[in-house]
Amino acid sequence: MTVAGFAFYVFALTVLVGGLFTVVSRNPVHAVLWLITAFIGATGLFVLLGAEFIAMLLMIVYVGAVAVLFLFVVMMLDVDFAELRAGMAKYLPIALLIGVILLVELGMILGTWVTADGVEMLAAPVAGEVQNTAALGMVIYTDYILLFQLAGLVLLVAMIGAIVLTMRHRRDIKRQNVVEQMHRDPKAAIRMIDVKPGQGL
Amino acid sequence: MTAFDLQAILPELLLAVFAMFALLAAVYTGKDKATPLVTWATAGVMLALALFIGLGEAVNGRAFGGLLFEDAYGRFAQVGILVAAAAVLLAGQDTLVRRGLGRFEYPLLIALATVGMMIMVSAGDLMTLYMGLELQSLALYVVAAMRRDGVKSTEAGMKYFILGALSSGLLLYGASLTYGYAGTTGFDGILAAASGGEMGLGLLFGLTFVVAGLAFKVSAVPFHMWTPDVYEGAPTPVTAFFATAPKLAAMALFGRVLFDAFGQAVGDWSQIIALMAVLSMFLGAVAAIGQRDIKRLMAYSSISHMGFALIGLAAGSQYGVQAMLVYMAIYLTMNVGTFAFIMSMERDGKPVTEIAALHQYAKGEPVKALAMLVLLFSLAGVPPMVGFFGKLYVLGAAVQADMTLLAVAGVVASVIGAFYYLRIVYYMYFGEAEERVETPMSPAAWVMLMGAAAAMLLGVINLFGVEGAAAQAAAALVN
Repeated sequence: MTVAGFAFYVFALTVLVGGLFTVVSRNPVHAVLWLITAFIGATGLFVLLGAEFIAMLLMIVYVGAVAVLFLFVVMMLDVDFAELRAGMAKYLPIALLIGVILLVELGMILGTWVTADGVEMLAAPVAGEVQNTAALGMVIYTDYILLFQLAGLVLLVAMIGAIVLTMRHRRDIKRQNVVEQMHRDPKAAIRMIDVKPGQGL
Repeated sequence: MTAFDLQAILPELLLAVFAMFALLAAVYTGKDKATPLVTWATAGVMLALALFIGLGEAVNGRAFGGLLFEDAYGRFAQVGILVAAAAVLLAGQDTLVRRGLGRFEYPLLIALATVGMMIMVSAGDLMTLYMGLELQSLALYVVAAMRRDGVKSTEAGMKYFILGALSSGLLLYGASLTYGYAGTTGFDGILAAASGGEMGLGLLFGLTFVVAGLAFKVSAVPFHMWTPDVYEGAPTPVTAFFATAPKLAAMALFGRVLFDAFGQAVGDWSQIIALMAVLSMFLGAVAAIGQRDIKRLMAYSSISHMGFALIGLAAGSQYGVQAMLVYMAIYLTMNVGTFAFIMSMERDGKPVTEIAALHQYAKGEPVKALAMLVLLFSLAGVPPMVGFFGKLYVLGAAVQADMTLLAVAGVVASVIGAFYYLRIVYYMYFGEAEERVETPMSPAAWVMLMGAAAAMLLGVINLFGVEGAAAQAAAALVN
């Protein structure tokens, strides 16, 4: 077994175990942590495939942003996962059935897989002159500048939309005024009172 | 990026930059107090751009390496979109402020949606198509839910968003199949792959899913379910926008994809479009009969009208595209006028949308009632009005393309549809005495209503030259 082969099995196993425990763990926070484990395994698989850009995206976007967001939501919202899972026993047979059907389908596809003559199956991509991050960088700001900028506009609209739909200008709350805080005079703010024992204020 | 690329994208660029500057300016100054100014400025910029595109020097070609097509077809649609968006903004501005919805972000979101629509109609690549479509849709989801304290408005936004995401999924699935089987996302490449009389099964599947995704955006049956709920729930000025510019943009995009990417396989998609056209016309006409809410009624009316416009596309000919464009131009004018009236309907300062509230309306406001009569007759397609000629145009295109049955179905549906438009007219003139609805209008809304009604009468002479421009646009697309 080559190093790459060994690494593949390690990462693949990480993904599988992570996925399995995401589904079965009782504590939702643990489930999200297992999901992050699965993502990290997938990142390794992408590196093995030679797609290092997607691997980094997966790490930064999915692990760094999406999964952490999940974690926040799970911790901040009072979602009763036990209640959500209450119907599980009832739906287990049909879920198993669907799982088995999918498995059989996959088996059938793999069983009839024929490789055309003269096609060489590559275990790993041939290393090119340009890494794919660099290759993407070369087209994204030149050939596809229009699409890139449009994507920026879409994000701008998303930001405006989030503000329009959620922000409220509330007037009846105290706001922090840093300058005012810094210029407070201890003499005016603090009063020294000599409290007599047994009398109180 | 070459000078030509810049020239091709200039109107969109100007509008987007304007929107960003106006956003910053409004945030740092008056916020919602600046709303009227921002609205008028946005409408002004849109009209100026429409003039610039319409009267400016015409250059044709492929920009950004084929990502964007610059031709007469795109320009026709862009001018229509800009004018319609500006008209709806101006007509709705006063109503929005009175209903407590005068947010300065609204005109800017509309401006950004308009940028998306302008990109859509000149897309030359599946990726550009998708980016434009999402830019437009995302802004529309937000404005649909703008009355965030209202249950109906929030529901409208949510429904629109979820179903819109579903349709985007369908479209992307189709686009990925098309990409897989054509080997490219560029329309020129797809056209080459889909030529030679017969199209592969994979490409056909791709085409079907893309068509399904686009049909959602034009709200053609069987992808229309969202329309009545969204129209009813969104604030009326927003509904007015939904019913106008985005419809033209989606329809023009439909034509763009069908002819520029699959133009060599007309036989493959003509039947799909024809079926959707027939279903839309009939469902729109029949389902509107039972409606009690005028916004829901207008939703079904728009479904039916989209059916008629699709007839033009189903014909698959240059004349058909021309008919579709003329029909859409007439449809936009009618809807701007009609919605200028609907958004002013209120009683004791509260918006009213029941049709029953219009009983005896003509007694109190004879001039506005007359304008509505003209518009409703035109929507129904009663002869001296322009709406009739729009229908005649698309039906003529169907007959010319040997689709007589489709034309007959169109005539039948238009007769059924006439019932509910005429019922409103009946209520206004001969209804039972009831508490009348009030319709205070800003001068801008009044001008829109009267202007649209006048256009429905005067347009009979030469359709204000739209015909010639549409013919040029159709020639640019089909050849």
